[in-house]
Amino acid sequence: MLEIRWHSRAGQGAVTGAKGLGDVVANTGKEVQAFAFYGSAKRGAAMTAYNRIDDKPIINHEKFMVPDYVLVIDPALVFSADITANEKEDTKYIITTHLSKEELIKLVPKLSGKCVYVVDCMKISMDTIGRAMPNTPMLGALMRVSEMFDIEYFKNAMLKVLSKFPQKIIDANMTAITRAYNEVK
Amino acid sequence: MAEKLQLQEVEVWDGNMAFAQAMRQAQIDVVAAYPITPSTPTVHGYAQFLADGYIDGEFVLVESEHAAMSGCVGAAAAGGRVATATSSQGFALMIEVLYQASGMRLPIVLGLVNRALASPLNVNGDHSDMYLGRDAGWIMIDAFNAQEAYDLMLMGFKIGEDLSVRLPVMINQDGFITSHTAQNVKPFSDEDAYNFIGEYKEVNPMLDFCKPVTYGAQTEEDWHFEFKARQQKALMDSLGVIKDTFAQFEKLSGRSYNPVESYMMEDAKVAIVALGSTVESAIQAAKDLREEEGIKAGVVAPRVIRPFPLLEIKEALKDVKAIATLDRSAPGGTLGMLFNEISAALYQNDNRPVINNYIYGLGGRDMTQENLKEIFRDIKRNADEGRLVTPLQQFSGLRGPKLSFFN
Repeated sequence: MLEIRWHSRAGQGAVTGAKGLGDVVANTGKEVQAFAFYGSAKRGAAMTAYNRIDDKPIINHEKFMVPDYVLVIDPALVFSADITANEKEDTKYIITTHLSKEELIKLVPKLSGKCVYVVDCMKISMDTIGRAMPNTPMLGALMRVSEMFDIEYFKNAMLKVLSKFPQKIIDANMTAITRAYNEVK
Repeated sequence: MAEKLQLQEVEVWDGNMAFAQAMRQAQIDVVAAYPITPSTPTVHGYAQFLADGYIDGEFVLVESEHAAMSGCVGAAAAGGRVATATSSQGFALMIEVLYQASGMRLPIVLGLVNRALASPLNVNGDHSDMYLGRDAGWIMIDAFNAQEAYDLMLMGFKIGEDLSVRLPVMINQDGFITSHTAQNVKPFSDEDAYNFIGEYKEVNPMLDFCKPVTYGAQTEEDWHFEFKARQQKALMDSLGVIKDTFAQFEKLSGRSYNPVESYMMEDAKVAIVALGSTVESAIQAAKDLREEEGIKAGVVAPRVIRPFPLLEIKEALKDVKAIATLDRSAPGGTLGMLFNEISAALYQNDNRPVINNYIYGLGGRDMTQENLKEIFRDIKRNADEGRLVTPLQQFSGLRGPKLSFFN
């Protein structure tokens, strides 16, 4: 069982990202779960979304999770949200920030000694999609760090997930995924 | 003519999408609805399919849930296949009309996405609304995940519309935990789904002007009792049709459904009885406890809540030593519904296990694996002692001092 927790603000696409990842993973024959805590949260409120991935049907519906990966797609949430909650020794953090890893850890001491990766999903999505939509670039970064799928396979699978959008948006998302894949450190 | 939708062999749908897709495939004549969290995406999804040309039927956005169910009653009496979806406060507002629908023997299908009832205001999942509706004369069936929400929504039409049943059917799923959690779902093609349900069969349609009929007549003491007795008979007898439908569905899909679901009960000494997504979580906890601590744990769940499958409950729990009944609804000054009904069924057996009651998960409070394991360990003590050593009723997952009753 692989478990992923997303930290996001409502409206940044964490739920869409978690479901998109779920779609891709289900196509490979695995079982997935994608859910979020938001209740009646309004746009901009801090929220969490979750993925579980396994080879057999997932019957555990508890919200509690000890994540393998923590994906932070809003740069301010490392300061305000409890992103290290229920972590384990080898939990991997992928954090959206314009800072270098060293600068970030200096500002957020609880991340020191942890397995931390940084990538600027905000800048990437502004450059490519033209909006602050950090969810798809984060998936590109996750592919690099987790080696879950070959990046070309993943991008192909995402084409289907994004098929309801205009071609321009799809192309921009593909560029964003590739950039985050290449730029995550 | 509505467009067909090409579905993949495996879709990743949440419970709301599962409801909406099954409703689309059922080729419903009229949906009257007033969206409310967390069932909103069911109605939204259905409206989207209609706007995109995948549905031929009428969709009426009404001014309240009372009006939604009233619209459904009118349309069903007129002679069409009818469905809607709601949750919580919306369901509470429908209550008056729910009794009208069952009394008029109208096979309306209601997708109920279970949520807490205010006050305090809370949009998250518990079973307060489901429990509120349990005397309304509807067939009530419970889905534990998104796949089951899809399957049971399809079956709901076939069951309610059966000529020997003609009763409204409520398909329940857990708010957010099921309704907003995307999981693998294997759908049917549009043809297979529709052919399974079949054409709608009209019974005394009001739109047949050659044969005028009255719905909802006034009866008073001369006939009311006979009407209600016939309604109770139809509801009790519907269990046979439900079983037949489950069997036909299994032939088509390979997925098995039973009025009472039993898991690992062959050699179980202790069992949890629950509803909704907790059933699956409890199966996980039981599996783990068997491996980790050697506790012979099992899980029993009423798939069908109404008509209450009393005989199947008796059979499923006949050999077990201790039972925890888990109710996700504030019982309002008594024991939980599952405790009362399971106890009543088992009182008829020679072997009477030790039964206790846990109230849990109100307003969406997480039911964790650790909570479930603690309950199994609790009732193992009851089983070992052969008597109640835990409180009769307590709360699981509650913060603050422990609270228990009937000690």
